[in-house]
Amino acid sequence: MTETHFVRTQMIEEQEPPGATTGAVGWMRENLFSSPLNAILSLLSLAFIYWLLAQALPWLISPTWQANSLTECREIIAEAGYGGACWGLIRERFLQFIFGFYPPHLYWRVVLDFALLAVALAPILFTGLPRKMLYFSAVYPFLMPWLLWGGTIWTPVMAAVGFVIGYLAQRFLKPVVGDLAATILAFVLPVVWWIFLAGPVPNAFASILPLAIETVESRAFGGYMLSITIGVVAIALSLPIGILLALGRQSDLLIVRSLSVGFIEFIRGVPLITLLFVASTLLNIFMPPGTDFDIILRVIIMVTLFASAYMAEVIRGGLAALPRGQYEAADALGLDFWMAQRLIIMPQALKISIPGIVSTFIGVFKDTTLVSIIGLLDPLGLSRAILADSNWNGIVWEIYGFIAVMFFIFCFSMSRYSMYLERKLRTEHR
Amino acid sequence: MKQTVLVGALALAGLSAGVAGAATLDDVKARGKLNCGVTTGLTGFANPNANGEWEGFDVAVCRAVAAAILGDPTAIEFVPTTGKTRFTALASGEIDMLARNTTWTFTRDVDLKFEFVGVNYYDGQGFMVPKELGVSSAKELDGATVCIQTGTTTELNLADFFRANNMEYEPVPVETDNEAQQQYLAGACDAYTTDASGLAAVRATFEAPGDHILLPEIISKEPLGPLVRHGDNEWGDIVRWTLNALIAAEEYGITSANVDELAQGTESPEINRILGTEGSLGEMLGLNADWAKNAIKAGGNYGELFEKNIGEATPIGLARGLNAQWTNGGLLYAPPFR
Amino acid sequence: MSITTAPPKESFRLGMLVYDTRYRSITIQIVALIGFLILAGWLVNNTLHNLAVLGKPIDFSFLKDSAGYDINQRLIDYNSQSSHWRATVVGLINTLLVAFLGCITATIIGIIVGVLRLSNNWLVARLMTVYVETFRNVPVLLWIVFTMAILIETLPAPRDFRGDDSEASMVLFDSVALTNRGFYVPEPMFSRGLGDLPILADRSSPACAVPEGGGPVSDSCGLFQVSLDLLLILAVLGAGFYVSSLIRKRADRIQNQTGDRPTTWYLRLGVVVIPTVAVLVLLGFHLGRPELKGFNFQGGIYLRNSLIALWLALSLYTAAFIAEIVRAGILAISKGQSEAAAALGLRSNRIMSLVILPQALRVIIPPLISQYLNLTKNSSLAIAVGYMDLTGTLMGITLNQTGRELETVLMGMLVYLSISLCISAVMNLYNQRVKLVER
Repeated sequence: MTETHFVRTQMIEEQEPPGATTGAVGWMRENLFSSPLNAILSLLSLAFIYWLLAQALPWLISPTWQANSLTECREIIAEAGYGGACWGLIRERFLQFIFGFYPPHLYWRVVLDFALLAVALAPILFTGLPRKMLYFSAVYPFLMPWLLWGGTIWTPVMAAVGFVIGYLAQRFLKPVVGDLAATILAFVLPVVWWIFLAGPVPNAFASILPLAIETVESRAFGGYMLSITIGVVAIALSLPIGILLALGRQSDLLIVRSLSVGFIEFIRGVPLITLLFVASTLLNIFMPPGTDFDIILRVIIMVTLFASAYMAEVIRGGLAALPRGQYEAADALGLDFWMAQRLIIMPQALKISIPGIVSTFIGVFKDTTLVSIIGLLDPLGLSRAILADSNWNGIVWEIYGFIAVMFFIFCFSMSRYSMYLERKLRTEHR
Repeated sequence: MKQTVLVGALALAGLSAGVAGAATLDDVKARGKLNCGVTTGLTGFANPNANGEWEGFDVAVCRAVAAAILGDPTAIEFVPTTGKTRFTALASGEIDMLARNTTWTFTRDVDLKFEFVGVNYYDGQGFMVPKELGVSSAKELDGATVCIQTGTTTELNLADFFRANNMEYEPVPVETDNEAQQQYLAGACDAYTTDASGLAAVRATFEAPGDHILLPEIISKEPLGPLVRHGDNEWGDIVRWTLNALIAAEEYGITSANVDELAQGTESPEINRILGTEGSLGEMLGLNADWAKNAIKAGGNYGELFEKNIGEATPIGLARGLNAQWTNGGLLYAPPFR
Repeated sequence: MSITTAPPKESFRLGMLVYDTRYRSITIQIVALIGFLILAGWLVNNTLHNLAVLGKPIDFSFLKDSAGYDINQRLIDYNSQSSHWRATVVGLINTLLVAFLGCITATIIGIIVGVLRLSNNWLVARLMTVYVETFRNVPVLLWIVFTMAILIETLPAPRDFRGDDSEASMVLFDSVALTNRGFYVPEPMFSRGLGDLPILADRSSPACAVPEGGGPVSDSCGLFQVSLDLLLILAVLGAGFYVSSLIRKRADRIQNQTGDRPTTWYLRLGVVVIPTVAVLVLLGFHLGRPELKGFNFQGGIYLRNSLIALWLALSLYTAAFIAEIVRAGILAISKGQSEAAAALGLRSNRIMSLVILPQALRVIIPPLISQYLNLTKNSSLAIAVGYMDLTGTLMGITLNQTGRELETVLMGMLVYLSISLCISAVMNLYNQRVKLVER
């Protein structure tokens, strides 16, 4: 019996991996042509991309930036011998697409407003920033309408004073009249303030210290500015309503729960366009005779209601994701309902819900295009108005393409942010 | 009480809009602005230009009314309305008047409770077809696919026309002129039907207008005019007589160029009455004596507005036709100012 | 003790309504209810008052009046003399049609894209990501308008088909015409058909009178008519599938007893196909081909481009969302599950159907339902391309012609709400069943 032993006495030199598995070739073999089916799919995809570019590029690259009408575009293209798109329209109407009919000398207010929006949102969205910035976030909701619509500064100040009154009532009346009464007063007093005093008082202040900026009617709003305004205002207002609805839906109280469920399911069950029809044709009929909101305000009201129902569901998801122990711990500390919500539940639930809130916002922002159907001049509605100009009548792709690209940029960046946030939250919770 | 709640809420938001009352004139004066409903965009009749200013034939009527009341043709808010929202906007008081190519019909006047104050454009529904189709009469359109704008009287006229002639057709409803034009040019419909003025306006913007013909049949009467709510006759009078002043101004040769000169006083008592140097017509309307002068100065008389916005010198190139003065064989006939 | 139910008057203080937990919840609820009733009453009161001022009391009698307008796509008999009510029904059927078609194609595309996004082919996965992101981040209204524009601008007009050396030609053996007015496809016809069955017909109405010498009644008889041929074929198909499922169960039983599964696919295919083909032959089935006559193609089934644009845009848009749902569903199943199933000796298709799918479906179904709901609701954007759905008829032309905003909009909302609730209910039932499988 012979035993054969093999003992390696010297190492084989380390070799380069086979050429076909490294570099571009290897990558392609692994990622594009790993099997016959994959190879076919890859070739089909390549052919599709080539076809798309071959169709689009010659049209996109067009020397018509300076044209002043479609006829001029056609002349320029005929002269140049290439191109197809008529970009002069975008050049001429770009500012109109962004600002609508807002007075040009006040454009800075819109820009400043949305810049401040970013500043106000930053501490909420990025936890690394100093917490002091949250004070600005609290002031912003009052600053924003003032900058957009103008008028005396005392109106937003007085509106804010209402909230301060509510806070003070909750804070200082509690030892005097008790818990629930203080809560009720915290709701009632600001309302009384707004109804009876917020009207005359700003006028009085305005006559003493007239701090006012030029008023802009909401009819002057248009283009992307209108979409963003509707989206931002609706989402901001829908947040508190959504929280209340979500709490109502989770409540043990039968009537409160049924009202919340009924509202949420009704709004979620009908298309937004029918709600906009209500805004455009019916809302004034529902109001007392003589009241007349302008159409943009009515649309904001209906979009807010719409967003609230969706927001309520998002927040309900956040509440459901909280471990039961959090509620019990809050109870064990002896906190009452509102304190528990304010100090324990909501901060956590809202944080979990932020990705959902962002995607609701994206949805609402996209849905603002529907207002063109009821005659508001959002980017899509504006495009129709612009195309009625006999200089540009007949253009299709340039304008829709432009609007689509702008929407894509807005929404894509927001959805990327929401995904980043989701990833971050996931690691924190594991 | 409830009303105070709402008014308070409005004041709070700082966004309160005008309140529709019985006396529209007072509201307009208090507001300092006229709210005028127009289309969301129809070539030649109403569209915003690059500076965001509205222009067009219907817009000019609004401007004349604003000038007559407030002395300023720019003291005006244009409210774009769709076929669906226009009547509710007017009924709810959101707008003071509607100048939006609206056909004067019995049901709109009586059932929907509006008051048409006159006609600023006599139109009729026609058909446009490509020349190569070889069709020379609308009666030959049996089986054709017809593009049609929704939300107007045109779809009813079309249904009636084809039924009366015992013909089949395939309606393709579209929302706007621009979409109709796109479908028509691509051959997705054989014919495009809308008001003849609209057809002419659309054809003018084609790359090759000569390849398309308007069929001779006009299948309906479409008197287009501004309208106001029922129930405020004083307001209706103002809009009616402003329109009449524009028409009469053309008849008597008052133009935006010579109106200042004529307002010094002329030989003609009718001109003097219109321009407020004789009589007190303005006062009767509750306006200043120079109301008509301001209205005419805003953009010119009816003829000037027509030529500037939709006339033969513009790309739209409409002939006066029915819309000529009665002295020239048209239908425009302003009642006497006395 | 009786004190808890009826406390003595002197010891009951108003404060107890607020502080006593026995009463507090009732107090809050009653306050909420009263608040709600006041709000509702206020709104109704305002509405009635305003309508009285406008001189337009709530009145649904306009529904009986003749509509006066034509609708191009009508699955039930309709003409311009029919009532507004019938126009509403035509619109509703069109809404349901596009929603149904859209849900099916969106699901198919969504599943394919969702799976391809996980593909190890880099290019394909990237391409699918681009597709999903592009469609998700641009408003659906724009997509609808875009799709319509693409159909109109790229496909040939019917007149291009004319002549011997025409610019365009029909596809699939000259049976399908793709034009920018829509697609004309062959239509199933029966030379020995059984006729139609009117539903909800009033036998005494003149429309339902049997013509002299027999023959079918007129198309306008009844609410709508159902083809008896179609019913027969569906019945035969149903019976075939039932027998086929019996065979499958028998095969399952044999497999459980013996471990061997008999080969049954030809039998199962046979019981479905052979009777159906036999019935088709008996009924004299043939295809009616579209032909260019006059201005348009005649014959065949005409899918208008408004339907196709809406269908395609809604499907592609919703599919982008469904793809994400499917991807998330597949990723949610841990790899251990398929490994465990493989360790049990299951084959890969059985692993998919018995292990992966039931669990993935549990994750996929709830968001899928809300996508179906979204698609149905988004179908109301049909007016952008002139597809005559419920928004186009009832809340569109009928509203414009009658000026009855309140009645039409409320009716429209109620209809959409009922559709949504039905879809939720059906899908929730299914969801319950899927859930049971797991537990």
